[in-house]
Amino acid sequence: MSASAQQIKNRISQEYKQGFVTELEANTFPPGLDEAVIHKLSTIKNEPEFMLEYRLKAFRHWQTMKSPEWAFVKFDPIDYQAISYYSAPKRKEDGPKSLDEIDPQVLDAYKKLGIPLDEQERLAGVAVDAVFDSVSVATTFKGKLKEAGVIFCPISEALRDHPELVKQYLGSVVPPADNYFAALNSAVFTDGSFVYIPKGVRCPMELSTYFRINAAKTGQFERTLIIADEGSHVSYLEGCTAPMRDENQLHAAVVELIALKDATIKYSTVQNWYPGDKEGKGGIYNFVTKRADCRGENSKVSWTQVETGSAITWKYPSCILTGDNSTGEFYSVALTNNYQQADTGTKMIHIGKNTRSTIISKGISAGRAQNTYRGLVKVLKSAAYARNYTQCDSLLIGDRCGAHTFPYVEVKQPSAQVEHEATTSKISEDQLFFCRQRGLSAEDAVSMIVNGFCKAVFKELPMEFAVEAQALLGLSLEGSVG
Amino acid sequence: MLSIKNLHVSIADKPILKGINLQINAGEIHAIMGPNGSGKSTLAHVLSGKSGYTVTEGSVTYNTKNLLAMEAEIRAREGVFLAFQYPVEIPGVSNIYLLKAALNSIRKYQGQPEVDAMDFLTLVKEKVRLLDMDEKFLYRAVNEGFSGGEKKRNEILQMAILEPKLCIMDETDSGLDIDALKVVAQGVNSLRSPERSFIMVTHYQRLLDYIKPDFVHVLANGQIVKSGGADLALELEEKGYGWLEEQAAA
Repeated sequence: MSASAQQIKNRISQEYKQGFVTELEANTFPPGLDEAVIHKLSTIKNEPEFMLEYRLKAFRHWQTMKSPEWAFVKFDPIDYQAISYYSAPKRKEDGPKSLDEIDPQVLDAYKKLGIPLDEQERLAGVAVDAVFDSVSVATTFKGKLKEAGVIFCPISEALRDHPELVKQYLGSVVPPADNYFAALNSAVFTDGSFVYIPKGVRCPMELSTYFRINAAKTGQFERTLIIADEGSHVSYLEGCTAPMRDENQLHAAVVELIALKDATIKYSTVQNWYPGDKEGKGGIYNFVTKRADCRGENSKVSWTQVETGSAITWKYPSCILTGDNSTGEFYSVALTNNYQQADTGTKMIHIGKNTRSTIISKGISAGRAQNTYRGLVKVLKSAAYARNYTQCDSLLIGDRCGAHTFPYVEVKQPSAQVEHEATTSKISEDQLFFCRQRGLSAEDAVSMIVNGFCKAVFKELPMEFAVEAQALLGLSLEGSVG
Repeated sequence: MLSIKNLHVSIADKPILKGINLQINAGEIHAIMGPNGSGKSTLAHVLSGKSGYTVTEGSVTYNTKNLLAMEAEIRAREGVFLAFQYPVEIPGVSNIYLLKAALNSIRKYQGQPEVDAMDFLTLVKEKVRLLDMDEKFLYRAVNEGFSGGEKKRNEILQMAILEPKLCIMDETDSGLDIDALKVVAQGVNSLRSPERSFIMVTHYQRLLDYIKPDFVHVLANGQIVKSGGADLALELEEKGYGWLEEQAAA
């Protein structure tokens, strides 16, 4: 190994900074899953009847399904009876009314993560919903949002306060039987965020949810539902971290977005679940279904994701372009290192006329990681003059990792225009030497080159997130230059 | 400033440099000439810290320090600059970003405060004008889609901003048309100073028409076979390298 490679290795072997465990008293279900557990879940959350029915139906269907095997990832079968399906920090009666009532250790955990929940300390302009294991522990700026008519609350609360909205939209984009993990989520989801932006409202601040898995041997099944009514606009951010543990933990989320006529939803994710150690031990299984329905004319949904964590990522944020002239975008950076595996991409389903989609995917592999882009562009007969542009680039660091691309294109409409560009490159010794000869350390050089590679995606991120994402990318690189 | 003593270098056990001796004082320009495969580029690479070369014998002292013991970036921060024969492209990284990062890492090492964005912009724009370059250059990705001449000019721009003490130019004239050559030479000449030394590796004499060297050394088969003043370059242009190689072999 050359000197530069050794240096890179040293610097990028930094520990996962968010790997701490918060010791606190929690209400945790014993491991296991059956209908009784679902009844108990629904009761604890005080849900309306239809929700219990929904869950049970999903559960029954899930039992008939098989774990999907088509993804380019390898893992041992998950024992679903060994997982606990509910864990919540103990708290007084009905949940905290104000921050004073939240367990100080939970507050402290978020503070350590750089997400203070105290509104005074928050950057103005970003409202946060904090989900700790199975429950939402705090939502900030609720009052200010309410003035604008925006509903931003834990989904468990929405089920109680706005059951008609939830009932109307839940499962309308990702039906309970959609896939194995979506069915499981529909049966056992515990919390997540609910957003409703009324007609013509431009949400006055960025909304964000910060997911934290803390308890051992639990799964996190979060559910997010965002509805942008006609002519509204919202930007939503999502962040995720978890402690370092030797066993794998399952995170199976479902996110549904609905954009009505002339509405815009921008959804950004910085995913930094614990990726496992250098030998591939531990880490989160991130099996997530994210889908948007651009239901109305001229609606627009933009997914931006920076995925650096998780032992395995299985995720395809997609857009169903139902409304005429609707637009779907997918900007992705997926970085895998050590033994991480990612099979990620998007689906763009063109149904309406003049629908447009853009896919920019940047995959970075280092160490012994495997990084797969899998994407589907489907143009139905109804989608006259649909257009898609796909650019899919892979960057390899070292010579023991892999990059794979599986683009699927199905076009049933002759007036459609579909473009696909793909490249695979390697950080060359020449690039590294050039940067070092200009005075940059090897690690800064790698960071700079990788950030340059991801530039087209980073510029889509909200400012605050872009800085975080760049820093995260630098930290997550752990491998060597061959 | 730089003292090379009996330097032997191999690539994968194959000896390339076989006992180079060279003394360079502050303010001097030394041209290293020689036929293809004589070890010119190897010398430039070894001095600037590129990996893949094994020093089997000899020493290189740079301002009283052991140059060969330093990592490439430390050499750069100590003031050693290599203008590349084939400058690499770095997609997505703007020229100005690279320049600022490089300058600040050097300043930090030298115990100087980092330059702020405004001061830096003023500095860069001044240098850009000096080199007769378009400001748009600064915002384009490093060397991406640059013509051969633009890439070489970009190297000189970096040199002008980083203000190194020892500039090693590896075949900077290759691939340049006469106009670009003049601009590059002008840039280099503007950087000449009593504190700054240059090593110009070149195959042809024509660059030396514009940048007048104090010394010319001819490298053949891994050794300096002849040294002289600027006139030696003219002699080589006329006679070629053959006679020197024969002399050395004899």
